[in-house]
Amino acid sequence: MSRWLSKHALHIYGVLAFAYIFTPIAYVMVFSFNQPARSNLTWRGFTLENWTNPCGAPEVCSALGNSLKIGLASTLIATVLGTMVAFALARYRFRGRTPTNLLIFLPMATPEVVLAASLLTLFLNLRVPLGTATIVIAHVMFSISFVVVAVKARIASLDPRLEQAAQDLYANEFETFRRITLPLVAPGIAGAALLAFSLSFDDFIITNFVSGDVNTFPKFVYVSAQRGIPADAYVIGSAMFLLAMGLVLAAELFRWRRSRRL
Amino acid sequence: MTASRSDLRLTGLTKRFSGFTAVDGLDLTISQGEFFALLGPSGCGKTTTLRMIAGLEEPTGGSIHLGDLDVTEKKPYQRPVNTVFQNYALFPHLSVFENVAFGLRRRGVKDVKKQALEALDLVELGHLAQRRPAQLSGGQQQRIALARAVVNRPQVLLLDEPLGALDLKLRRQMQIELKRIQTEVGITFVHVTHDQEEAMTMADRVAVMNHGKIEQLGAPAELYEAPGTTFVANFLGQSNLVAVTRSGTDGQYTMVDVGGQKLRIRTDRCSSEGELLLGVRPEKIRLHSAADPVPSGLNQLTGGVVLDASYLGVSTQYLVRMPWGQNLTVFAQNLGIGERFSDGSAVQLAWEPDHSFGLAGDAGAGVESTLED
Repeated sequence: MSRWLSKHALHIYGVLAFAYIFTPIAYVMVFSFNQPARSNLTWRGFTLENWTNPCGAPEVCSALGNSLKIGLASTLIATVLGTMVAFALARYRFRGRTPTNLLIFLPMATPEVVLAASLLTLFLNLRVPLGTATIVIAHVMFSISFVVVAVKARIASLDPRLEQAAQDLYANEFETFRRITLPLVAPGIAGAALLAFSLSFDDFIITNFVSGDVNTFPKFVYVSAQRGIPADAYVIGSAMFLLAMGLVLAAELFRWRRSRRL
Repeated sequence: MTASRSDLRLTGLTKRFSGFTAVDGLDLTISQGEFFALLGPSGCGKTTTLRMIAGLEEPTGGSIHLGDLDVTEKKPYQRPVNTVFQNYALFPHLSVFENVAFGLRRRGVKDVKKQALEALDLVELGHLAQRRPAQLSGGQQQRIALARAVVNRPQVLLLDEPLGALDLKLRRQMQIELKRIQTEVGITFVHVTHDQEEAMTMADRVAVMNHGKIEQLGAPAELYEAPGTTFVANFLGQSNLVAVTRSGTDGQYTMVDVGGQKLRIRTDRCSSEGELLLGVRPEKIRLHSAADPVPSGLNQLTGGVVLDASYLGVSTQYLVRMPWGQNLTVFAQNLGIGERFSDGSAVQLAWEPDHSFGLAGDAGAGVESTLED
């Protein structure tokens, strides 16, 4: 018995770890097929009704739409700005480079509640009306650090001789950037963009402070939790998860097929 | 100087980095179509020189001309010069074909496909056009890097230690290959290397560099037979250098004296004044038993004792202790005739006076770098 245990301890540990991670997700998925009622806490029987009509509950889809809109906008802005900052920090020696390198980590290290409260104070003092714009500003602010860190790591691993070789082969600065630097840094930028999107999409604390009366998906879930989350929220949660998994699998498949073709 | 259409001319070329001078007032003309080697130990400034020619490093002073064109201030992509980088620097995200076609596309050449495939055929790798660089062996990557540069038919092709990462056998093979391609395309090749054998096998002329300056420039045989400085004598092959004092002249020879023994050096192969070192290559010396007579007319040193005899197959390397305490090296070809000497044998050394060369200065100079190789 003890020999069997020592032989399989690692497997058991692995299974338990995965169970720990995936149980909540599995729970959400299962309950997305539950018979609808005011609350979705007890199992009442299987139905596809929620999946065929995910916007059944009032406001759920408009909140989702807002979240997607905000997520895309803040991802776009944070990725572009963050990539530029990353290039500046990785490539140029300028006065204040070291402090910039440190300061860029600050939003990552600051407690979200503190950021949220200070942003709200700032917006109120400047009389900026709260809404979609303030949410985007806030999201760009905290996701930009992650973008900088991810892209900078990628640039640092780039062999400078590749760019020199391109220039040697008649590519001017712009062409070198477009044909060599950018394609080689692109995986890092794409990863940073995905990260920025997921940070924005599921942010609740900061959004809750600076959103005014604009509803986002996490806000909707939080508010409805007070009186029972509708099954439609479970459907949307599951769908987001499946979409993300699908994207990752597709990317892996693409990579695998490309490496086999060659 | 016969400045033909596109000779490469460096004038007073200088590069200073903070605190040290990498290249120090280099004057050099490389003729069109020449295979030229810059040879020197690491840190001698040869790669910096190459990078300045390519435009990847900005000179602190001096100028670079290609024929009548002053390219000193030109960007790398504005120069008719291409480089084969030390670790090839192939673009990992592009296929082999696209790597080779890169320069053609940037210049807006019409039949990219034909020319790129021709270049791939030149290096005999046409069948790998659709692969990625990471899927090729080191030798294949090296050839692709060469094809990628040659395909543009630059006026000058720069090679930065191109064979450094290859194993010995492949390196020999690539040396022959490089020479063949150079002859075939007729482009000026400027080859940077720290490997004296590589430089001597391939180059028409070799410039030996040290501390940012050219120590000596000439055809390989010239440099080897008549090194002008102790650095060259020690960096290019091995040399025996003996401190001697002048004792007069005899026709075209300068008479010198070491430990009471008279030797001759051709005056035209002798530095004119000051401290003198007599140099002779180990394979030029013949060993004779102390008892045997030595043919007259040869330089002769008596009183040697064999310290060590190493059998190397093709030759035997002797270390001979001289009466004044110096050890001289002698290479004797294993012809199967003549005497073999064992440790402790009393011997004398003899060589043609014309094989001696006279150098100024200090015997220790450059020895370090010889050991390095």
